[in-house]
Amino acid sequence: MGAYLVRRFLLMLLTLFGMSVLIFVMLRLVPGNITDIIFDSAGFVNPAQKAKIERQLGLDQPIITQYVTWISGLARGDLGYAFVSEKPAIEEILPRIPVTAKLAVLALVFSVLFGVPLGVISAVRQNTPLDYTLRVISLSGLSLPSFWLGLLILMAFVHWFGWIPIYRSSPDNMWQELALLSIPAAAVGFRYSALVMRLTRSSMLEVLRQDYIRTARAKGATEPSVNYEHALRNAMLPVVTIIGIEAAFLIGGLIVTETVFNIPGVARFLVEAIRWRDYPIVQNLVMFIAIVVVVVNFVVDMLYVVLDPRIKYEE
Amino acid sequence: MRGKLVSIVATAILAAILAAPPALAEKAGGTLRIYHRDNLPSASIHEEATISTVQPFMAIFNNLVLYDQTKKLNSTETIVADLAESWSWDATKTRLTFKLRQGVKWHDGKAFTAKDVQCTWNKLTGKDKDDFRKNPRAIWWHNVKDIAVNGDHEATFVLGRPQPSLLNMLASGYTPIYPCHVSAKDMRTNPVGTGPFKFVEFKRGDSIKFARNPDYWKKGRPYLDGIDWKVIESRSTRILAFTAGEFDMTFNADVTVPLLKDVNSQAPKAVCDLAPTYVSTNLIINRNLAPFSDPQIRKAMALALDRKAYIDILSGGKALVSGVMMPPPEGKWGMPPDMLKALPGYAADVEKSRAEARKIMEGLGYGEGKTLKVKVSTRNISIYRDPAVLLIDQLKKIHIDAELEVIDTSIWHAKVTRGEYSVGLNLTGVGVDDPDVNLYENYSCESERNLTKYCNKEVDALIDKQSQEADVGKRRAMVWEIERRLAEDLARPIILYDRQATCWQPHVKGFVLHHNSIYNNWRYEDVWLDK
Repeated sequence: MGAYLVRRFLLMLLTLFGMSVLIFVMLRLVPGNITDIIFDSAGFVNPAQKAKIERQLGLDQPIITQYVTWISGLARGDLGYAFVSEKPAIEEILPRIPVTAKLAVLALVFSVLFGVPLGVISAVRQNTPLDYTLRVISLSGLSLPSFWLGLLILMAFVHWFGWIPIYRSSPDNMWQELALLSIPAAAVGFRYSALVMRLTRSSMLEVLRQDYIRTARAKGATEPSVNYEHALRNAMLPVVTIIGIEAAFLIGGLIVTETVFNIPGVARFLVEAIRWRDYPIVQNLVMFIAIVVVVVNFVVDMLYVVLDPRIKYEE
Repeated sequence: MRGKLVSIVATAILAAILAAPPALAEKAGGTLRIYHRDNLPSASIHEEATISTVQPFMAIFNNLVLYDQTKKLNSTETIVADLAESWSWDATKTRLTFKLRQGVKWHDGKAFTAKDVQCTWNKLTGKDKDDFRKNPRAIWWHNVKDIAVNGDHEATFVLGRPQPSLLNMLASGYTPIYPCHVSAKDMRTNPVGTGPFKFVEFKRGDSIKFARNPDYWKKGRPYLDGIDWKVIESRSTRILAFTAGEFDMTFNADVTVPLLKDVNSQAPKAVCDLAPTYVSTNLIINRNLAPFSDPQIRKAMALALDRKAYIDILSGGKALVSGVMMPPPEGKWGMPPDMLKALPGYAADVEKSRAEARKIMEGLGYGEGKTLKVKVSTRNISIYRDPAVLLIDQLKKIHIDAELEVIDTSIWHAKVTRGEYSVGLNLTGVGVDDPDVNLYENYSCESERNLTKYCNKEVDALIDKQSQEADVGKRRAMVWEIERRLAEDLARPIILYDRQATCWQPHVKGFVLHHNSIYNNWRYEDVWLDK
């Protein structure tokens, strides 16, 4: 197990290195740079002033030099200065992380809390009206665009309650913040719960057909015991995998949700930074997201051992 | 008899006085909540050319003079004192001396002096080494040779030649006075002014906060305790939030004509003012690129335009047909409708104009089987894309087969400046309803913001000539002559001047929306909340 962990750690480092090169190169392939954009709001471009700003920001340096400067700074914890706000990048990024983290966790919790039990019920009650209803609901979750759903939710609140559930900075307490975030979390979690539900259902249906399930019933196990202790545990492996993968893709769904519900999180900020070609912000944020994805996938792999003791990570 | 008449009149007057509604007494206190539509580039008004920066940050500053915030139309007659108590021209009309207000302090406690006026213009004219990263209105000050300082409270603008419009440019929201002791870099993120509100914080993508300046030189002002701005990029969300009462005011001109109907139905008590924005939708043609270097092709394109269709489809008939200067009644310098119709491409009979355009194109070898293929470039936001789509449809009528090319909004100006387009659909905002501002910025050979690089020395000479003319009638005639020349040259055909609405809750008092510019009335010092 120790050797496996070391191997995984080295692989993670290699993955992150590859990500850093990829994002660095891709950003510079996109047309336009920060100097074009700084001038855009002024309605013109002055070539001499543009060249001066490029020198000030180090953009006139060779690409390799720029990469080494960035990556060595990152290793020391120095994220550089945001091009647009001219403030330390860490001051721009750090305050936004907790908001998105809470939103992402709430969305995942929503998707698991609703997706797994509904998937089990749908599988156990296969081909009943309840099953059909749940499958239609899950289809709507997969097909409804999240921005549209978000706007519908906002309009419903305004129409029925005369109140708009958009995020306000500095909520009074944690519960108020959770209450505010739960609505957009439900909007984004709805889609993911649909995915989890369908996968749980198909995985459960496969497991429920196994011989050991028949054996368990024959030995007198109750239905809840059969469904949750015997079947679900074995059905969860692919579900855990998809939750891990979806956690990585969640950031994409959060961009739209953060925009519609006006949440000042990293997802929306990342899109804004890409639009502005704010290299320090984009590079550092993407690396942060890459680290999160890599760590989440590692945790998922470790969860397999818990769920299925037959799995061992050793020579 | 006479006595009876007097008593009847007196009674009538008394009845009228008693029947009149009581004047509202302004209430101090409260925080004005406004939403902002996007992530503004910086807090430095002098370095930006967007309402996104001016509308919030004008409240931090003072000018030397200002357009009266309570009058709907900006003009020379509505210019009032701000940091300058009085001003006068010398006999040659090339020296404008301002006597400055005494006892005014910057928000950090330092004293405001004439040196600050000098510092501001040293930055604007490039004399200061700590100059701005960008200076979009450098052309406004091309005639300012020096700022002479006489003690702490007198500053004189020394001009190369007479320019009556100088005062109009100084009164604009784009011309605040900056402090000598704060760097240009700091002014972009932590601006210091002398205005009614102090800067508190600016969180990118989230919020901007201002607090009342308790040491403001204008006693009793401002009435508000502060202004809170919340950035909401989704238009649907922010309009919903306004109708739900989350905000006291919308962002300027954020409510389009179709949305106005929604706002009126969902928030019937809201006050909405549909006003011209002095932002034009215009056509840019790259005259340095064949075949558009041929004036006949440009003429044909201008003749193809059906401005009424744009106005009806995009604004429900509310926008304005116009030449370069905004038309009356809101615009002081625009051509009246009858004169406008005589310009190329403005004739009422669109079909006749298009027939003439087709004849031109056929003479150049184009026709049904051989169309001219072009790309119509525009910014990738709906206020640019929508008219671009209409333009493509109208060009089809004259054997031009156009394809839409949307450019990332962030690099639009960079591409246009480099000439990487053939035909484009553009929007241009004008800071002040004054020919010096509009003509110098957009049509003079020297201007960096002359996007099409149109350069006609004769027109430049005419622009300089009108700039020196003090008689308004004579000057107007010169401006109309320039309009004719620009229309004949197809310098940058104006398609329309838009109208959009700004709305506020009924408890917001003391606010008057300007109707001939969107950049000049955001001081908020007279605004109060009746709640």
